[in-house]
Amino acid sequence: MDGLLHQLISGIASGGIYASVALALVMIYQATHHVNFAQGEMAMFSTYIALTLIQAGVPYWAAFCITVPISFAMGAVIQRVLMEPLAKAPILASVGVFIGLLLMFNSVAGWIFTYTLKPFPTPFGEGKPLFGGFISRHELGSTAITLVVLLSIWAFFRFTRLGLAMRAAAFNPVSSRLVGVPVNKMLALGWGLAASIGAIAGMMVAPVIFLDPNMMAGVLLYAFAGALLGGITNPLGAVIGGFIVGIIENLGGAYVVGTELKLTTALFIIVVVLTVKPAGLFGKTVVSRV
Amino acid sequence: MRRRTLLTGIGSTALLATPHIAKAQWPGVTKDEIKIGHTIPYSGPASAYGVIGQFHTAWFKMVNETMGGIAGRKVNFITLDDGYLPPKTVEQVRRLVEQEGVSFMFSPLGTANNTAIQKYLNQKKVPQLFVATGADKWGNPKEFPWTMGWQPSYRTEAQIYAKYMRKEKPNAKLAVLYQNDDFGKDYLIGLKDALGADYAKFMVKEVSYEVTDATIDSQAVTLQSSGADVLVTAATPKFAAQMIRKVADMNWKPLHFLTNVSASVGSVIKPAGAEKAVGIITSAYIKDSTDPRWKDDPGIKTWRTFMDKWLPGADQTDGGYLAGYGVDQTLMQVFKQCGNDLSRENIMQQAANIQPHDCAVLLPGIGVNTTPTNFHPIRQMQLTKWSGSSWELFGDIIEGTGA
Repeated sequence: MDGLLHQLISGIASGGIYASVALALVMIYQATHHVNFAQGEMAMFSTYIALTLIQAGVPYWAAFCITVPISFAMGAVIQRVLMEPLAKAPILASVGVFIGLLLMFNSVAGWIFTYTLKPFPTPFGEGKPLFGGFISRHELGSTAITLVVLLSIWAFFRFTRLGLAMRAAAFNPVSSRLVGVPVNKMLALGWGLAASIGAIAGMMVAPVIFLDPNMMAGVLLYAFAGALLGGITNPLGAVIGGFIVGIIENLGGAYVVGTELKLTTALFIIVVVLTVKPAGLFGKTVVSRV
Repeated sequence: MRRRTLLTGIGSTALLATPHIAKAQWPGVTKDEIKIGHTIPYSGPASAYGVIGQFHTAWFKMVNETMGGIAGRKVNFITLDDGYLPPKTVEQVRRLVEQEGVSFMFSPLGTANNTAIQKYLNQKKVPQLFVATGADKWGNPKEFPWTMGWQPSYRTEAQIYAKYMRKEKPNAKLAVLYQNDDFGKDYLIGLKDALGADYAKFMVKEVSYEVTDATIDSQAVTLQSSGADVLVTAATPKFAAQMIRKVADMNWKPLHFLTNVSASVGSVIKPAGAEKAVGIITSAYIKDSTDPRWKDDPGIKTWRTFMDKWLPGADQTDGGYLAGYGVDQTLMQVFKQCGNDLSRENIMQQAANIQPHDCAVLLPGIGVNTTPTNFHPIRQMQLTKWSGSSWELFGDIIEGTGA
């Protein structure tokens, strides 16, 4: 019984990791209607920026607050320089750029920061694990941060004019332009925000799985699964999806199918959900007029 | 008639040309040169291994400049970057064999990379000598008579852990975390070799992970819940570091054996937390240049002298340079035994009958030898325990049960 409880909690902890990255995927999707495969690598790169600052003597939260705007700028610049010329190109061209970015960030990070595994500090204190050794302080703290980020995104899209304008720009660029929404700026903003959320996710994930240029490879797969499961149009759905994937993965791996089929199980469930409910568990079905 | 004239013409041109082109005595070997091929990642995720390639290059430079080469021939050591990508290795090795016409491939690096070229080299009867990987499959002279490993295999390592465990904890309950591929499975095979019929009695839980997994926390929980008191972790650095930390966080205190693939202080023990790793046992066969106990060791001194002169400025704490030195000594022994016959057949035959020689950087008591039926040159290791600040050797040299 103890084992089951422990598996469940460790599943929630992994789920928190997937949820935080899933949020960045939701953000970029909301803003551009594309899924950026390089999101994970960009987050990893931002985490290295934070680590460099911390190693240079900057206190953790200061480094955190510097890294987020740097990542925002990085995302916005990528949109302006690389994505904008492709605005009218077929979707495959964008996919090509995403994959190119993924490889680029990965190699550049390896080149600058080397491939050696690095520990990343946690702001929540090392200390003894809480609740009888089931969950570490960091896991608890990072889950809280994920929820704060979730709440802000939800409020941003729900209550601000800017959020509404961004949704409009992604959903129907032509009409938005006609009613006066600066679509290009909205897209750059979306990229910037997604990169910032990714940076936060990276900084929350790195203390758990250690920082190296390939840190996000596995995480992105599960985060993607979580986002699709919960609904890629819905931040709350994506977070819940992330947690569900974490729990299913752990319990399924430990008790049902064995560790070899963990990922397969997660993906199988997604296929089933998407077949039955293509918008995801919590996604809104969007009907657009052609 | 005209045709005959033409042929004679070609023939005489060829004759005239011969004195200018050095005649190949054997493939890759002329009167004054021997070509040796090598592949290693100088770029990409595994580029840290590149230092071994730099070492070999410096070594052969020294051989050419101070020893007059091998049997009076200059060594032309051609080392190419494969980025750790097996398809690239195949491309580079084909180039080395077919275009450059090397005599043999020396110590190409990587398990998947060597697997990709093994069939090709064996078909072509080109020696694939002293490959730089710890997989067990390189010592299989029946199927692959042209391939040979050098370092102790993962399987040998696992046999050694099992032998020690059986002696120290005859009632052990054993649990294993292994990577679900050739590397991880070699450890299961090694444990089975050494425990034999008792394997089922000792083993309470085997759990695998995939390299795509984000964390191994779930596996760690499963292993702990099994009630095991001995743990073997056959995981690559990232997962090994996670495991060390998780085991400590769960307050689990098993006798913990860790694959020496992940024994790096810098990239595993320190990230995981030096105090969390106290008591972990791994194994070694090469001296550690940072260990003060070898400060005055003649072997390490010889190595340092070489490093200072031929690789000035190189980071002497990098274990890659020591491994390079060791395998180069074994190759020199093969050349010594070859004498003046540098045919591929003779090189392979001598490699299969290596006589004892001084590798200088191997731990005292560890020998290198092969026979035509045993292509595992090094089969002994010594256990070493993490004290909280360094690895400390203990106990005797232990020999694996043999392939």
